[in-house]
Amino acid sequence: MKDMMRSAMVVARRDFSAVIFTRTFLFFLLGPLLPILIGMAFGGLSEKISNDSLRPAMGLSMPPAQAARMLDAREAIARRIGADHISALKAAPWPADPQQLLARSDAGYAAVVSGSVDRLVLTGQRADIARLEGDVRLIASAAEMRATLPEVRVERNPVALSASGQAQARLTTGRAAQILMFLLTMLLAGMVLSNMVEEKNNKVIEILAAAVPIDAVFLGKLVAMLSMSFIGIFFWAVCALAGMGLLAGPGFALPTPAVGWPVFLLLALLYFAMAYCLLGSLFLGIGAQAATVREVQTLNMPVTMGQMVVFFFATYAVDHMGSAPEIAAAVFPLSSPFAMIARAAQDAALWPHVLALAWQALWVALIIRMGVWLFRRHVLHSGTKRPLFRRRSPPAS
Amino acid sequence: MIGDTLTPQTAYAVEAHGLVKTFGDFRAVNGIDIAVPTGTIYGVLGPNGAGKTTLLRTLLGIVDPDEGHRTLLGDPQPLRQSRLVGYLPEERGLYPSMKAYDAIAFMGALRGLPLKIGRARARAMLEAHGLGASADKPIRQLSKGMAQTVQLFGTIVHEPRLIVLDEPFSGLDAINQGKLEALIREQARAGVTVLFSTHVIAHAERLCERIAIVAGGRIRFEGSVAKARDRLRPQVTLRTRSSDGPWRRALPGETLAQDGAWHFALPDGGIEPLLRALLDADAGIESLSIERPGLHDAFVAIAGEAVARQMEEDRAREDAA
Repeated sequence: MKDMMRSAMVVARRDFSAVIFTRTFLFFLLGPLLPILIGMAFGGLSEKISNDSLRPAMGLSMPPAQAARMLDAREAIARRIGADHISALKAAPWPADPQQLLARSDAGYAAVVSGSVDRLVLTGQRADIARLEGDVRLIASAAEMRATLPEVRVERNPVALSASGQAQARLTTGRAAQILMFLLTMLLAGMVLSNMVEEKNNKVIEILAAAVPIDAVFLGKLVAMLSMSFIGIFFWAVCALAGMGLLAGPGFALPTPAVGWPVFLLLALLYFAMAYCLLGSLFLGIGAQAATVREVQTLNMPVTMGQMVVFFFATYAVDHMGSAPEIAAAVFPLSSPFAMIARAAQDAALWPHVLALAWQALWVALIIRMGVWLFRRHVLHSGTKRPLFRRRSPPAS
Repeated sequence: MIGDTLTPQTAYAVEAHGLVKTFGDFRAVNGIDIAVPTGTIYGVLGPNGAGKTTLLRTLLGIVDPDEGHRTLLGDPQPLRQSRLVGYLPEERGLYPSMKAYDAIAFMGALRGLPLKIGRARARAMLEAHGLGASADKPIRQLSKGMAQTVQLFGTIVHEPRLIVLDEPFSGLDAINQGKLEALIREQARAGVTVLFSTHVIAHAERLCERIAIVAGGRIRFEGSVAKARDRLRPQVTLRTRSSDGPWRRALPGETLAQDGAWHFALPDGGIEPLLRALLDADAGIESLSIERPGLHDAFVAIAGEAVARQMEEDRAREDAA
């Protein structure tokens, strides 16, 4: 085992320095920042669009006195529940045919309110009527009440914690961690797919196979790519924290996970490493069967789809803590890291994590062994009579 | 030497019995027995496709045999002895972006040599062979010959006890072939066992103490070069002034008359009875030569004319390339 680890480290060091000390690694580091910047810019823009343009506005085609009552009533409601929570009203020509008003492209009415306060007519598409009818009735009711609409005062009694709020906040943290871990794994583990093609193309595989066990080659490559990923993650995390500090201000804070931030971050690191190694070893095994880069590219799509399925499974499970699907997601090796990080956000118990990490590590070893067995059998054309797992023979005397 | 304390010297550096390796329906190695004495230069001779590379890969543990067993430096699991073994595969492989000295050190590190020592040795080896200026160049910038030399240094940088070279002369020009022969002899003088495969009889004849002739996945001959040559009797060429006379009765039955000369294998009783008959009959001896057969003749006799012709064609193809 010691020799195997030593050999794996030799392979890892070579792969690591072959990637890190290149100009392309700089692009690798900077690449993910670009979509984030673009996303932030478009996010701000879309928020503006949704605030300004997409809120439904109804045309109010009523006699002026009635229209004024309706507009006043809408204002009164907006002051109490917030302008975002009640549909907007815009004064429209009166008298006019509501259908003609709706046909005007310059007005932009979602529907037209006509008639009188006590006998309203709402004209519009069926879906818009269904969506807006409640708001119109509420505004009209308030308009009917006029000044008699009572305003009841509420005494504020804030508490630091509520079980429901805390659970919701922790669920949010769990989901955020899951999504982040999945994105990072999808971005980074896929790179392992093409790792063995280089060795096969430049014939170095013969040198490696004659000198060290193939298990050490696989493990070394995984360690190298994982180390490279950690460098990337560290860099992106620093950039993200700086960005959040700038944008969100000093008061910004994520909801605290159940196990506490230090343990949660440590678990996130460990679970990312496990998720990476589980998927990476699988990809390495699959990619090692490919003879050319073209074959690897062809394999990329189904492999990504497989990742998505695993992620959706884990995402579904996060909402149902303690349910059969959640336990299944925690036990199934490929979804286990994602399910367990969500559990860490919601449940303070630590022993399941020790168990899960050991379970996942066992599966990493099993998947590597399987990949090596397939590689020896189909690529090196070896081991036709060699079992997948064999007992070590005693050392030579 | 690394690992000397790990494994005691065995009588045979490599030993195999009944090795069989099949690819689909093709038996690349078909029941081979081989024993390479420690400290010798041992050649595996045969045409392309004879099973030499598969045999070496099986002996080294790169592939497992379907049948039979083998030991490398006394160990039934060859990879466990990898620190004591250097291997130069037929298909040369190096990382193109690696610097020459780093590639050598990396190959040493794979076999347990600390990187720092490997790098120092790599620079010294390159300097000693006039390649010091290329030590810091990436492999992709080196000529094919230089890259092969780098890989050869990588094969021996960890000072192995056994060196296995698969077609080491392939692709080298005459000067580099000479250098490689010198290096193999130098390693052998230091007590290292050298096992190499070749389809060029001349290299085996010049270098090897023992050879195995492989054809069709089987070993047709195993032993010393002298023993291989001894399988054929020395060839006698006789020219006489008179073309006929009673002395002709003394010529062996299988004598051939060709180009005005008599050709026959040296009789079991020696040349003296024939000489006596020639002198008594005054045949007039113009010339008489007795030549020991070369390894090529022995190879033809052992492996067959067709296999020998294939080897000649392989070599011609390689020279043309």
